[in-house]
Amino acid sequence: MRAYGIDLSSPLMLGTALYDSPAILADSVRRGRPGAVTVSLRRESAGLQAGQAFWELVRGFDVPVLPNTAGCHTVREAVTTAQMAREVFETDWIKLEVIGQGDLLQPDVFALVEAARILNEEGFKVFPYMTEDLVVAERLLRAGCEVLMPWGAPIGSGRGLNNLFGLRALRAHFPEVPMVIDAGIGRPSHAVTAFELGFDAILINTAVAKAGDPAAMAEAFRLACDVGQLAKTADPMDERDMAVPSTPTLGKASFAS
Amino acid sequence: MAGSGPTILIQGAGVAGLVTAVTLAERGARVTLHESGPRIGSGASWFAGGMLAPWCEAEAAPEEVTRDSLNSLAWWASHVPDVIRNGSLVVAPPRDQVELNRFGRRTSHFETLGSEAIAELEPDLAGRFDRALFFAEEGHVDPRIALGRLKERLLILGGHIRLDTSVVDGQFDWVVDCTGIQARESEPDLRGVRGEMILVRCPDVVLHRPVRMLHPRIPIYIVPREHGVFMVGATMVESDDGREITVRAMSELLNALYTLHPAFAEAEIIEANAGIRPSYPDNVPRVHRDGHRLSVNGMYRHGFLLSPARAAEVADIIFTQAA
Repeated sequence: MRAYGIDLSSPLMLGTALYDSPAILADSVRRGRPGAVTVSLRRESAGLQAGQAFWELVRGFDVPVLPNTAGCHTVREAVTTAQMAREVFETDWIKLEVIGQGDLLQPDVFALVEAARILNEEGFKVFPYMTEDLVVAERLLRAGCEVLMPWGAPIGSGRGLNNLFGLRALRAHFPEVPMVIDAGIGRPSHAVTAFELGFDAILINTAVAKAGDPAAMAEAFRLACDVGQLAKTADPMDERDMAVPSTPTLGKASFAS
Repeated sequence: MAGSGPTILIQGAGVAGLVTAVTLAERGARVTLHESGPRIGSGASWFAGGMLAPWCEAEAAPEEVTRDSLNSLAWWASHVPDVIRNGSLVVAPPRDQVELNRFGRRTSHFETLGSEAIAELEPDLAGRFDRALFFAEEGHVDPRIALGRLKERLLILGGHIRLDTSVVDGQFDWVVDCTGIQARESEPDLRGVRGEMILVRCPDVVLHRPVRMLHPRIPIYIVPREHGVFMVGATMVESDDGREITVRAMSELLNALYTLHPAFAEAEIIEANAGIRPSYPDNVPRVHRDGHRLSVNGMYRHGFLLSPARAAEVADIIFTQAA
């Protein structure tokens, strides 16, 4: 996938939270070969030095880092966290997350658009975590975003693509905008579906980190990305309401059912 | 000091240092223990849960952690009379039942209990949970009492303890560094994982064993102590920031407590603290050797569980060498 003029080596973006150890995270990165890794600053935000050891480890993967504003609930928090991330990781990429509802960790789309506008003006390359709402998409693009990250389902729920109709509509309305399915993907089959629908990348974390064998699951997702992308380029058949025999019916006694 | 065994300086009187000191002294070494802080257990050990739970830990720890901690409970029971062997209980709030399934898939040596069996074990939890996992073979101990017992034991064995000191003076056959996160300068692999805990006093609730409350993000446990006190821990944050407990952490810990039993709403908060767990990249404690200098570090969440096994490794190195 290409975002803000940069080609990612893989459409798999992998979160770095929730692993049982940094060693297991490192194995997962090795086998998943993600095009980018995301990392959260908020929980370690007591001081720029505090999370140093872990951030150093993430930088050591030699994979582009997409810092995120996970855990932020207001425009101000998100903007401050983004600025801090730019300093820590020396990147102007930011996955913008502004949470509006605690139970579903649903994005506050109003604050999201506002924060995106501010950050775009400050020269950030914003990856906004959003619902699949067309109007929100429109506003984010108008605010300067060049990538959209609709959710598949609530963060950590593993429910896959909850609203296929909405995601298809979003994809169809903005065919040129790179889109990443962020959140909710629980299994590689969900990832395959995302690519078949025409999405450009996926972002996962819990699905790998909380698997029994995270590194194996990372590899499974890497393969799923290949499968989905390959299937998409092969122009999958459309669904029909009726059966269509795969052997010729000509010459048989009757066409009647 | 009696005996003619090797002279050993142990730096750091946390759980790793004290267990190592006692283990070596029991095998005839002449042990001196230096602690840079004002009391034994000046670091992370003071804030530990003290759960001796090899089977539960298997949920998130590699197999070797369970393997190396199988004898831990016996070691502690033989050194600290206050060890309680009542097993441990794992529950989840109704909305997080899938977490209980997951926990069960990753662990062994437990039985699944229904609400009646839960009520039998812990009458105060009657009617509160439909399902729990019971790990009967586990135990727990109050870390502060346990460290005190080890100190007494070391003194009886002829060991010396000096507080408020980090200088190495005198000649020793061996030096063992057990300084935890303070060794970070010399151990680039070592990182800090911040943990926060609280102590509450609640005479209205009685528990006989640690209860783990599963949660998708942080596993919270509630451990009964003496005199109606409960320890609630512990957060896990990839940070070596040692500042005081945060509001976020305290609300998460208190929520878990309240979910376990609403009577905790009236509990008195008697302590809230944060500590830094010394951790290697795989979160498994290790013994390192450099000539006659050894180190035991990276205890992570497993200080009480794994110190006996790591101390035995240290003793094997020293006494194999000496023989």
